[in-house]
Amino acid sequence: MSGLYGILWQEFVVFKRKFVATSISFLISPVLYLVAFGWGLGSGVEIGGVSYMAYIIPGIIGMSTMMTSFNNTANTINISRIFYKTFEDYMISPINMTVYALGKIISGAFYGIYSATLIIIMVSIFTNDLVITPYFIVIALLNCFVFSALGFLIGLLVNSHSDMAKFTSFVITPMSFLCGTFFPIDKMPEVLKWIIYLLPLTHTNLALRTTGESSQQMALHAGILVAYLVVLFVLGARHCKTVE
Amino acid sequence: MLEIIDLTKKYKNLTAVDALNLTIADGEFFGLLGPNGAGKTTTVRMISTLTPKTSGDIVIGGESIDRNLISIKAKIGVVPQQNNLENEMSAWENLEVHGMLYKMPKEKRRQKIDEMLEFTELTERRDDLTKNFSGGMKRKLMIARALLHEPELLLLDEPTVGLDAAARRKMWDLLKRLKSKGLTVLLTTHYIEEAEILCDRVGLIDKGKLLRLDAPANLIEEVGKVTVEYFADGETHEEFFPTREKANEYAGSLEGDVRIRPSNLEDVFLKFTNRRVES
Ligand SMILES: Nc1ncnc2c1ncn2[C@@H]1O[C@H](COP(=O)(O)OP(=O)(O)O)[C@@H](O)[C@H]1O
Ligand SMILES: [Mg+2]
Repeated sequence: MSGLYGILWQEFVVFKRKFVATSISFLISPVLYLVAFGWGLGSGVEIGGVSYMAYIIPGIIGMSTMMTSFNNTANTINISRIFYKTFEDYMISPINMTVYALGKIISGAFYGIYSATLIIIMVSIFTNDLVITPYFIVIALLNCFVFSALGFLIGLLVNSHSDMAKFTSFVITPMSFLCGTFFPIDKMPEVLKWIIYLLPLTHTNLALRTTGESSQQMALHAGILVAYLVVLFVLGARHCKTVE
Repeated sequence: MLEIIDLTKKYKNLTAVDALNLTIADGEFFGLLGPNGAGKTTTVRMISTLTPKTSGDIVIGGESIDRNLISIKAKIGVVPQQNNLENEMSAWENLEVHGMLYKMPKEKRRQKIDEMLEFTELTERRDDLTKNFSGGMKRKLMIARALLHEPELLLLDEPTVGLDAAARRKMWDLLKRLKSKGLTVLLTTHYIEEAEILCDRVGLIDKGKLLRLDAPANLIEEVGKVTVEYFADGETHEEFFPTREKANEYAGSLEGDVRIRPSNLEDVFLKFTNRRVES
């Protein structure tokens, strides 16, 4: 296990070194969204009997943990493969590639968890709309791991910085807007709604709100996230064994 | 120690390494000498399991290598041609991570790190971020890292490329100290002097093929120890002779700009390929 510890320690050293810049960058876009949509657009609007601000806070946590976890893992892996070549030093080391995948996915998820913590602290200062339950925490954690695992796979598959930007524009950004972050998905046209229902972020957002859902529905959200995590992890770890 | 059997790597229609055969003995300092694009890096990458081979076999200590064969990887230390240190980490931290990845127990690891920093003369810079290091220091740190886990075989891919003359000289001193420790080393280079100074045996490689393999002195003897260099028809020509007398005799028959000098591996390479190694 010292191999796994080595991978995590390496990430932690770098995180510590860029602590302030990282923390500030994690807060910028959530603050902008809260200001623009929560206070600006949303004042006076209610969704499902709660204020719009209370409605979007869980959505912003879902979206931010997705973006942060995905970006950190995808960029770290991609840059270390293509640009710094540090990836190769792991490939030649006597580390099982599954352990490497695990280490990198945990590290990326950690960034997501850290950004969620920052957002929660920030919103608690000026509102008590956010209710955090153990279920909320489990879902937020799962969301971080799912998107970190996706980032790992994409970081391995994509061979240029511009393709990485394309993946973000075609997959990550649309998800952040369509999967119930800013408005309920039942407002969408029927066909689109079904597609959206298959996406992991949708279940994160539904689960983080859990207003009036049955325990079966709650379990379903968690189950779908776990399924995504397992599939993405297996694909990433397998690809890692053959990548050149 | 290392046995390479019919090793071949094909990229689409290009054969980067073509049925390479060589055996490196325990404690030998072996050099692969060839111009850019000869297939040196590809060979080293196949041995270090980074590039999958097309065919053939690589055997280390009786075992065929494979990327997912964990046990064999700890026996190899690799210094790649391109810097791959963690930029945002200090020299010490780079080594610490490496030691963890190679599962070295903490006490042993720390002791080896100090020892390797000392060996590569980086002790004073141990806490500086490697992104602020000069090219020579980065290369030395990569050597320290490759040696940290006490490999049985060290692969050095063009360890002095891109270094200025002074840094290159220092690197050679370091490699000589390494040699005196009796480690098995495979070094690639396109610098004649480097191969001559350091290597017990040298393989000449061009276009993926091994042309000749012997001790530098034997290779030079084979073409002739003395070279007569003369300028005619707008270009420099070389002729090789076994003795100084024969060379003098020939030089006497020439007119104009004539130079008599000891032959080197560049001449050997030129003789077999009609091309130069250093460009
Ligand atoms: N990934 C690759 N894809 C296609 N061709 C490659 C690749 N890597 C190396 N080559 C080609 O293989 C040949 C040998 O390259 P290389 O091993 O890097 O030579 P050297 O290290 O001796 O300079 C060159 O012609 C190079 O262009
Ligand atoms: Mg090379």
